[in-house]
This record gives sequence, C-alpha cells and structure tokens, in this order.
Amino acid sequence: MMTEGMFDNYFLPGIWITIQVTLYSAVLAAVVAFTVGTLRTSRLWIVRFLAGTYFEIFRGMSSLVLMFWLVFSLPLLLEWRLVPMFAGVLALGLTYGAYGSEVVRGALAAVPEGQREAGVALSFTRWQRLRRIEIPQALPEMIPPFNNLLIELLKGTALVSVITVADMTYAGNLVRLGSNESAPIYTLLLVLYFALAFTLTRGMRVIERKANANVGRPQQRRGLLAKLSLRESANEGSGALTTGGAAK
Amino acid sequence: MPSPAENPENVKKTQDTESAEPTVADTSADSADSADSAECRAAGSELVRFDKVTKRFGDVTVLDQLDFRVETGKHVTLIGPSGSGKTTILRLLMTLLTPEEGTIKVDGQYLTHEERDGKLVKPGERHVREVRKKIGMVFQHFNLFPNMRVLRNVMEAPVHVLGLSKDEAEERAKELVELVGLTEHLDKYPSQLSGGQQQRVAIARALAMRPQVLLLDEVTSALDPELVAGVLDVLRDIALSTDITMLVVTHEMSFARDISDAVLMFDKGKIIESGSPEKIFSEPEHDRTKEFLSTVL
Repeated sequence: MMTEGMFDNYFLPGIWITIQVTLYSAVLAAVVAFTVGTLRTSRLWIVRFLAGTYFEIFRGMSSLVLMFWLVFSLPLLLEWRLVPMFAGVLALGLTYGAYGSEVVRGALAAVPEGQREAGVALSFTRWQRLRRIEIPQALPEMIPPFNNLLIELLKGTALVSVITVADMTYAGNLVRLGSNESAPIYTLLLVLYFALAFTLTRGMRVIERKANANVGRPQQRRGLLAKLSLRESANEGSGALTTGGAAK
Repeated sequence: MPSPAENPENVKKTQDTESAEPTVADTSADSADSADSAECRAAGSELVRFDKVTKRFGDVTVLDQLDFRVETGKHVTLIGPSGSGKTTILRLLMTLLTPEEGTIKVDGQYLTHEERDGKLVKPGERHVREVRKKIGMVFQHFNLFPNMRVLRNVMEAPVHVLGLSKDEAEERAKELVELVGLTEHLDKYPSQLSGGQQQRVAIARALAMRPQVLLLDEVTSALDPELVAGVLDVLRDIALSTDITMLVVTHEMSFARDISDAVLMFDKGKIIESGSPEKIFSEPEHDRTKEFLSTVL
C-alpha cells in the first residue's frame, strides 16, 4: 500500500486542485449558462440565433480537444500562452456552460405564461421580469439538472491532468508510476471522486430546498425524497436534458 | 387616422347620452364614424377609445372593425358568449395582444402606436410602458408571483416601476391589503392562501399602481363557488367608493347589474347591443342577447 507521505504530498494537493478547477469552471459555466440561456429566450431573432449558435458549437465540442487546442494551438496564433489550469477551466466552463444554457432556457420556458402577463400588466421591463419574476421561479427547476451537470463537471476535471494540471488524477498517475500499485491507487481515485460528488449532491439538496422555500414551497416533499435523493436527481436530470458523457 | 371629417353628430350624441342616462359608452359596431383627437378631447372624459380595431387569430376574426369608448369613471361590463371577443378587448388594452388593424387610445394617448413627426408608427417599448401604467388588470387565474410574499407582491411594481420609496410603497400596499381584508396574511406566500384570498391580493396589487382604468377578466371564474362572494364584495366596494374606471368581463350577472353604468353585449366580435344594465337585463332588444341572458341568468 501507499505510504502516508505519498497521500499527503501528492493526493492532498491534487484533491485541492480538483476542487479549485471544479469551482472555477462551475462559476464560469453558471455565468455562461445564465447569459446564453436567457438570451435564447430573447424576442430578437438575431440574439436568439447567436446564442443558439454558441450553444450548438460548444455542446458539440470535446472538452479535451478544446483544452489541447487552447494549450497547444492558441499560443501559435497569439504568441501568448495560457496557464494550463486557466485553459482547463476555460474549456470546461465554456462547454458545461453550453449544456447549462439548455437547462436555463428550459426552466424559463416552464414558467407559466400568466407570470409573464402579470409582469407586463404591471409594466415591468423585460429585464425586471426576468430578474424578479421568471428567474427566481425557474431556479428550483434548474437545480436537479444543474446538480447532474456539476457532477459531470467534477468528473470531467480529470481531463486537465493531460494538460499537466496536477489534479487528483495527475497525482494518482504520478504515484502509480512511482509505486507500481495500480489497483489500490485507481480504487482510491474512484472513491475520492465519488466522495466529492456525493458531497456536492448533498450541498445541492440544501440549495434546492432553499430555492423552493424562496418561491413559497417550503420543505416540499421532504420526507420521501430525502431518502431517494440520489435516484431522484438522476431521473430528473436525464429527463430534463441529455448530456451524458458527451464531454469526454 | 381614418377620420371621415368632422362628426359633430357623433360628439353630440355622446354628450346627449351622457346627460340623458347613465350610459357610458357610445358604442356602435356598425357606425363607421370616428372623430379626430381634438374632437375627442372636446368630448371630454373619454378614457379608452377603440377605433376600427380588428384582431385575428389565424383565419378567425375575433374582433371586427370594433369602435368603442369608455368614459372616465364609468364601469362598463362586457357580456356575451365565449369566443365573442370580450377578453380579447382586455388583452389588447393590456398590450398582451396587438391588433391587426385600427388604433387604441388611452387617456388621449395612442397605446398601439406612437406619434412621430405627425405619423403613426409602431410604438417603442418605452412609450407603451408609459401609457400602460394607466391600466391595471386582474386575471382569471390571479397570476400572483409565487416567489414573493403578499406584501412584496403588492409593493414590487410600485417600487421598481413607479420608483416609489420602499416606505411609501409599503404604506400604500398595507392600506390596500387592508382594503381587501387580508392584513393578517401580509407575510404569507400565495401558495398558502385560498383562491379567493389570492384574487383579493391580485386586486390590491393592480390597484397599488393607481391605474386610471382597471380591467377585470373573469376574475371569479376560477374560484370555488363559496369564495366568489368575498371577491365580488371587495370589487363592489371599490367600484362604489372610488372613481376608478372599470372594464369588466364577467358571467356574474347580478354583480354586473350592481356596479355597471353600461353593459355591452358582444357576439362574434361585434357589439350587438348596449345600454344601461336595467335595459339590457330587463328589456333586451336583440334576440341574441335574450338568448344569451336566458342561458346565464
């Protein structure tokens, strides 16, 4: 088995890098998702078209190849290098933001028409309607599919190891090369990803409950679903959108 | 504007009607008359004016060259079979729909158009919002904002649309919530209220904008029967104690009789009969009106 030193010196910093990459890409992805998703509901066809084009392009691109491109091709064009971690975050954020925009668009479309009409009747501007009425109401619907995406993103961060970002997977590979103990190391990696994913899910459950309470649905269906939370988020996610492992 | 000159006759008629009986609306489905804007100000207190408004959904013509006016402070009820275009009128006024032809004016300003260099052009968003602030609407399905508590539902637009201070808006909101008898529910979410209570909040929310004209679109149709009376009582109160202009679509004929200054009978996108509630309900002239009333009374 590995020694304590290996874990402390390689895995711990790797876990921290994985968490950072996940966090930064998630923030970028959220910004992209809300911006593009909202623009895709615009009244102006040109705005819808441009946002839709972004969505189609980035949904259809491999995050891994995008990372390679940012690290190895972009410097040739710009004569200017991106820090590998930044390139990784950018590639993941832009791609997952595209998936997320579909979640945002769908959830906004599911807000009842009457809410828009009430907003018009009170002379809110379109932006005020979005910000004060439609997005807050759409938010609880977005969280289960966002949870799915976030976990996909977490696991997708393993890709940054191939552009020399020293995340968990990178650390695991280093240790494996040094110790020749593949089985325990990959098992440990799987467990670590699962533990992080599970933590994220629990966190998202709290956010979901909060979001529901904010739209006047406090403690909704808590008893049953708390027990089924893992299955439930998987089901809702697959219904709401299909992302799967497309990223890899 | 398609104005066949002067129509002194028309203006005179309006004034006559007004003085002779409490009829509000000079309505004429078939008369092709329309006065120009100078004249309509001369007529005084005309708040809502439809000129030759046509609205189509696909091949179906819902409103056909409709002319009608509502004078300031009057309560006008629109009745008629479903699909006759009553709700469409309210939705056009609320700019939830746009007409294919014709013009709509509110308080002397075009709602459907904007005057630029003496020409009528498609209105800008800002212009529409300005005119629309004069109009409030209560919907069949309440459409309260579920993400806001009662107080905030009522305060939100006055603060963010009219620019009132929070304190001022809160004071106004609390007064109105008291008027509709829900003070103890200020801190509840809509989902915690009954349909009747939600509708009363919706009434308070619409009034908080101090509209000149209030549109009521079948406001009791979605309510359980035992909750209808509470909502109608509140509306009756408002109708009798304020000078707000009301345009009401309802199937509650006794309510219509109580509050209306005039009743307009619609059929197939046209006004086929109009007059005081006494006249329409007691001595309808038109066969379609008789037929319709016999089904709802």
